[in-house]
Amino acid sequence: MRTAALAFSWAMAILACLFLLAPLLVIAAASLSPTPVFDLPVGGASWRWYGRIASLEGFWPALWLSVQIALLSTALSLVAGTMAAAAIVRGRLPGAEAFAAALVSPLMMPGLVLGIAMLQYFRGIGFTASWPALLLAHLVITLPYVARTMIAGMSRFDFTLIEAALTLGCTWPQSVLRVMIPALAPSFLVAGLFSFLASFDNYPVSIFLTDVRTKTLPIKMLQYIEEAPDPTLAALSTLILLGTLVLLVIADRAVGLSRMAGTGE
Amino acid sequence: MIALLPPIDRDRRVALLLSGPAGLILLALFALPLGLLFAVSLQAPPGTPPGPSLAAYERLLTTPHHLGAVWNSVKLSLAVTVLTLLVGYPASFAIARAKGRWRSLMLGCLFLPLSASVIVKAFAWTILLRSSGIVNTVLLGLGIVDAPVRMIFTETALIVGAVNVFLPFMILPVYAVVAQLDPRLSEAAATLGANPAAGFLKVTLPVTMPGIVAGVALVSALSVSAYVVPTLLIGERYPTLASTIAKAYLLTREPAFGAAAGVVLLVIAVAIVVLSSRLAREGRA
Repeated sequence: MRTAALAFSWAMAILACLFLLAPLLVIAAASLSPTPVFDLPVGGASWRWYGRIASLEGFWPALWLSVQIALLSTALSLVAGTMAAAAIVRGRLPGAEAFAAALVSPLMMPGLVLGIAMLQYFRGIGFTASWPALLLAHLVITLPYVARTMIAGMSRFDFTLIEAALTLGCTWPQSVLRVMIPALAPSFLVAGLFSFLASFDNYPVSIFLTDVRTKTLPIKMLQYIEEAPDPTLAALSTLILLGTLVLLVIADRAVGLSRMAGTGE
Repeated sequence: MIALLPPIDRDRRVALLLSGPAGLILLALFALPLGLLFAVSLQAPPGTPPGPSLAAYERLLTTPHHLGAVWNSVKLSLAVTVLTLLVGYPASFAIARAKGRWRSLMLGCLFLPLSASVIVKAFAWTILLRSSGIVNTVLLGLGIVDAPVRMIFTETALIVGAVNVFLPFMILPVYAVVAQLDPRLSEAAATLGANPAAGFLKVTLPVTMPGIVAGVALVSALSVSAYVVPTLLIGERYPTLASTIAKAYLLTREPAFGAAAGVVLLVIAVAIVVLSSRLAREGRA
């Protein structure tokens, strides 16, 4: 009975892994399709779709916009989120627990609802420029990821190390720079990674804030898929997957996937 | 960085200063927009006297077509939550028991799809499930079916795709609890004479309940508002609350109606989260 249960749980785990990887493998295979209709590259692969990515209409501006918004919103959220986490974990902040819950709450918020709320709000205050509107909206998307990770990271940080550094003759800024920041580096990395991906991937909020000239990559991609899907899109998706894989390997080396999963980060 | 200036432990003002930027983002870009959304949902329809009105809600919750969209969202969420729990719960035990490289490999299988764009995954399922797609080729090749099965743009396609997208959100919270579980616990139950089934029901299940509750809350809140997956895998034939919102804003320009649908979706998502955290608290007490 125990063995049967264990075998069942292994079967489910292997099934889940295969099932989860299936679409990613299919995309990679379809990107090498010899014909324009997503044939599997049996008998002959073709790399020509990769060459066509650059000539997708509006691709470069969309990619550049997504990278800019993701990097900037992640950077700003890292600063604001880390400061708030310090106040929550160490400070005498009234209502710290409620504030922490509020910071993480946009995570559970349906993306589209956040999107239309932003649209109404920006319209209402007469703020119609697409680029800054996207950046501000993405702050709300990224901040919960940073806050959650940094609060968890700081709760594990031993603040007596700072006192030790002070005793050993460091000044405050020095002890923060040389002791606290390096000790929290894994948390910064995980927070930054998740925050960047959340922004870079976001569709449901961005869709309401773009205009004809300002479209992020996910919006462009869905548009390509609905208009004329061909293996060029599979090639583009494969490149994005490879980029994600590289980020994950770096995170695994630096932090360990097990720790990232175990702490719910 | 002022984060650790000496007074932080003593001075409330430093703590307030530190939480200022994040608090401002939350207030100006989250709380106020949501408040305004609620106000817009109460706008009177054009051609009627201005003033607060429940017309948009009435239209959403009494028209059979729109009520169907609400039900479709809830149905999708229920199906996805049950299926991901049935697969994810047992799977997380194997992942937690796995050693070294195997565990990393399986966690990688969770994290890579989790980090991949929803659009990319849904797009892959459209390729897999087409009439001339891979699943049909395999079914035909094995002689399981005689003619290609229509899968894309059916509820089956929708549920397969949605389970695929949301499964990691079930496994990770359950895994986080199971990984900290002492395997000697179920051994102790066995030593004390409990048969395996009773040991599971009386020991393992209650101990892992916080993980289940967290996973169920996350998956049901995320899937009730899913937009990209239904758009690509089933389309217009399956209106959801999310597609109702998008249509009201992007096509028909009826902000009050879209806002009302948004408020309803928000209430459902918040209710799920609040109920499950209450369940988790009661479970612990």
